[in-house]
Amino acid sequence: MKIVIVGCGKIGSTILDSLVEEGHDVVGIDTDEKVVNEMMNMYDIMGVCGSGTDYAMLQEAGADNAEIFIAATSLDELNMISCFMAKKMGARHTIARIRNPEYNLENLGFLKQQLDLSMALNPESLAAVEMFNILQLPYAVKIQTFSQRNFEIIEMIIKEGSALAGMKLMDLRNKFKAKFLICVVQRGEEVYIPSGTFELQAGDKIGLTASIPEIQKLMRSLGLGNKKARNVMILGGSKIAYYLARMLLASGNGVKIIEQSHEKCEELSASLDKAVIIEGDGAQQELLLEEGLNTIDAFVALTGMDEENILISIFAATQKVPTVISKINRNELANMAAKLGLDCIISPKRIVSDVIVRYARALENSRGSNVETLYNIMDDKAEVLEFNVKGDFKQVNIPLRDLELKKNILIAGIIRDRKPIIPSGDDCIMKNDKVIVVVASDQRLNDLSDIVK
Amino acid sequence: MNRRMIFYTVGQIIGLEGILFILPLIVSLCYWEETSIIYFSISLVAALVMGGLMMLVSKPGNKVIYAREGFIIVTFAWIALSAMGSVPFVISGEIPSVFDAFFETVSGFTTTGASILTDVESMSHGMLFWRSFTHWLGGMGVLVLIMAIIPKNSGTDSGRAMHIFRAEMAGPIIGKLVPKAKDTAKILYFLYLGLTLLEFVFLIAGGMPLFDSIVHAVGTAGTGGFGIKADSLAGYSPYSQWVITIFMILFGVNFNLFYFLLLRRFRTVFTNRELWVYIATIAVSVGIITWNIMPIYNNFSDSLRHSSFQVAGIISSTGFATADFNQWPQLSKNIMFLLMFMGGCAGSTAGGLKVSRVIILFKIIQKDIRRLLHPRSVTSVKLEGKAVDNHTLSSVSTYFALYMVLLLGTFLLISFEPLSFETNMSAAVSCINNIGPGFDQAGPMAGYAVYSDFSKVVLSIAMLLGRLEIYPIVLAFYPNTWTKK
Repeated sequence: MKIVIVGCGKIGSTILDSLVEEGHDVVGIDTDEKVVNEMMNMYDIMGVCGSGTDYAMLQEAGADNAEIFIAATSLDELNMISCFMAKKMGARHTIARIRNPEYNLENLGFLKQQLDLSMALNPESLAAVEMFNILQLPYAVKIQTFSQRNFEIIEMIIKEGSALAGMKLMDLRNKFKAKFLICVVQRGEEVYIPSGTFELQAGDKIGLTASIPEIQKLMRSLGLGNKKARNVMILGGSKIAYYLARMLLASGNGVKIIEQSHEKCEELSASLDKAVIIEGDGAQQELLLEEGLNTIDAFVALTGMDEENILISIFAATQKVPTVISKINRNELANMAAKLGLDCIISPKRIVSDVIVRYARALENSRGSNVETLYNIMDDKAEVLEFNVKGDFKQVNIPLRDLELKKNILIAGIIRDRKPIIPSGDDCIMKNDKVIVVVASDQRLNDLSDIVK
Repeated sequence: MNRRMIFYTVGQIIGLEGILFILPLIVSLCYWEETSIIYFSISLVAALVMGGLMMLVSKPGNKVIYAREGFIIVTFAWIALSAMGSVPFVISGEIPSVFDAFFETVSGFTTTGASILTDVESMSHGMLFWRSFTHWLGGMGVLVLIMAIIPKNSGTDSGRAMHIFRAEMAGPIIGKLVPKAKDTAKILYFLYLGLTLLEFVFLIAGGMPLFDSIVHAVGTAGTGGFGIKADSLAGYSPYSQWVITIFMILFGVNFNLFYFLLLRRFRTVFTNRELWVYIATIAVSVGIITWNIMPIYNNFSDSLRHSSFQVAGIISSTGFATADFNQWPQLSKNIMFLLMFMGGCAGSTAGGLKVSRVIILFKIIQKDIRRLLHPRSVTSVKLEGKAVDNHTLSSVSTYFALYMVLLLGTFLLISFEPLSFETNMSAAVSCINNIGPGFDQAGPMAGYAVYSDFSKVVLSIAMLLGRLEIYPIVLAFYPNTWTKK
């Protein structure tokens, strides 16, 4: 598929990276010659140096016959005009990064319609939504939804002393009486697609699938309850902070935002009525303690500096804050932070590139490939894919225990008539089902038939 | 340093050459030349076994290569290619000396067309075909061919393919036609094949024998210049000579422009500065030389034909000849000598400095002179309507300096031969620019047989330097490349 990306900054280059990985024909446009050269050296793409609103440049980049056109510069207006031009030139689908709240709240629908945008990308808002989901289920470190929220994959870490530690997977269902499936386990750097004899240990990160009521049932029997985070402290008054605070306030949580810049504080207090806005330097531990760090339910580090977020999050974790979320953009740092013991790491650019890859896959799906949605889980070490079962899949109506699956592949769920089934060995795949498959990332699945030997 | 990957790719190249030995084998079968059949079969098996073994031994786990591996791969691939390619000549005894055979093969792959053969017409058809076919392979590049035909299994390992692409394609700025290097390589090879076939059709339509048409078509396409007659192309009809003239000029044009023509982007093609400079240079040179050699041929059409042919042959770095331009007046010879430096357009199969480099060099001069006049002025050098960045500018100047150093070094090294200044200088210039013929004793109707083995090795290196545009070879033999510092 031919894809043109305008702007190869943090967001643009992450999108570019994952699209090249997917095997698309990618053209990158950037005004900075150095950036373009670097991109061309690193990836198998065509680079064009120039402005994304220059007709000749867009033509040179082939925007007129692009399947997807993505404008991901830091300027909303430029992105919108660029997408508008590309659309008029003949690009099939246009995606603009629009992150200013001004455009995002009431106007977005109008803008999208008038500019004929296929999607408006707001990395900040997407990141805020993800953080909000985690704060709703504080025991999870990451939550992904499938099939219009009928089915979820939750990543959580088995804490020391948890009832799960030391259990064999085959004994779990009998003990907990809840229908769920542990479909992937990360231990250290390794990712396992576990079989029934796999024994869990404290410190493992597990990926768990179940329907929402079942998850709540399981959590209750694990003694984790379903307590939501009530009081959240947010460090840094960025756009993400704004979106997150809005959502938290709307669902009745207490929000405290700490921000250094006076103007930003004023802005925030004007737009967020119920939030407590503190002007001060969040790197000062004294200030954090004074504002009640050790009594809150959740702490979210959203400053512009990855390093600062990591260090302050570690401090918050030592103060026994139950849930600590840190925004870390650079992959290398995210890995380091995970080693230092931070569980919840959110990278806006990663989220955005996942959304785009999913969009591209869905487009391909409409043209033959059967992947409905795709999520990366466990720090990109495993993938979860949703397939539609179409006529060409031969192994229908065979109990799963008789299916010979390839190594490191697991059927995590079946959705039949919009109802999720957590499959056991007796279940079968039937026509028109949706099947959710977990696979270690070293394999690439394009079709449901790829899972059987 | 990913040594396994270097070794593996070189193995791939040798294996590919083994497969390509099938073509001269077919030619030998057609003419039923028993010795050639045997020797090409031996070479084929040897190349396949050797290439296969190298690939087996060094199956790399990690396929990531960086710029430095790219340069080294290209250098060793070309040396291995030339060494393996000379095997049939040596074992068949048609060119018994190892040095001669290596020189001839390097000359073939680098599309130089300088020959040590004194009696071309006594060679077998199979060998003659292989000799010319090396031009065709070397013209567009063998690693580019590998890239076009070998399927890659995932996106990651081809990610750095651009390093190889850039090292093998000629010119200061290499762009892609389409996002993927592999697809770009395919398009280039299709265009190349198409143009070659077109020339073949034109030649055969003009009554040139089948074998001669094939050999000359592939020789022109790679801008090589190995002939199969002692007097090169002098014995063929004026029609054939005109056809070859036009195709020599065409193969000196940036291939991207042909692609744009197919896409009907005529504006891009006709506003291409490099193309116009190239055409203007040819037109002016032809004009002066036609006037200058009129007294020899006494008729306008012959003068025009000979001057056009020779100018096209030199500027596109092909080196076919229809006349012994050694006998021409000094003015004509000097113009041709200068044309040797210029060469064709970037992104073509031609050698030389490349027109775009010459344009940039002149613009740098202009810029610096202006800066002397207006010390605070800020000017940018533009090519094809776009500003050329400072990095490219300085690399063009450095390239020119390095090129001159190596040219003069080659000249000095071959000066141990008791030959005239004109012979040695023109031989060095001709080899480093991949032209073929020089002047005086290295002239179009003579050859390089007069040189000793030592000089042949020196000139072989010069040809490789010219074809790969210096840097890959210099880097591959630069000690710091190999240390872990």
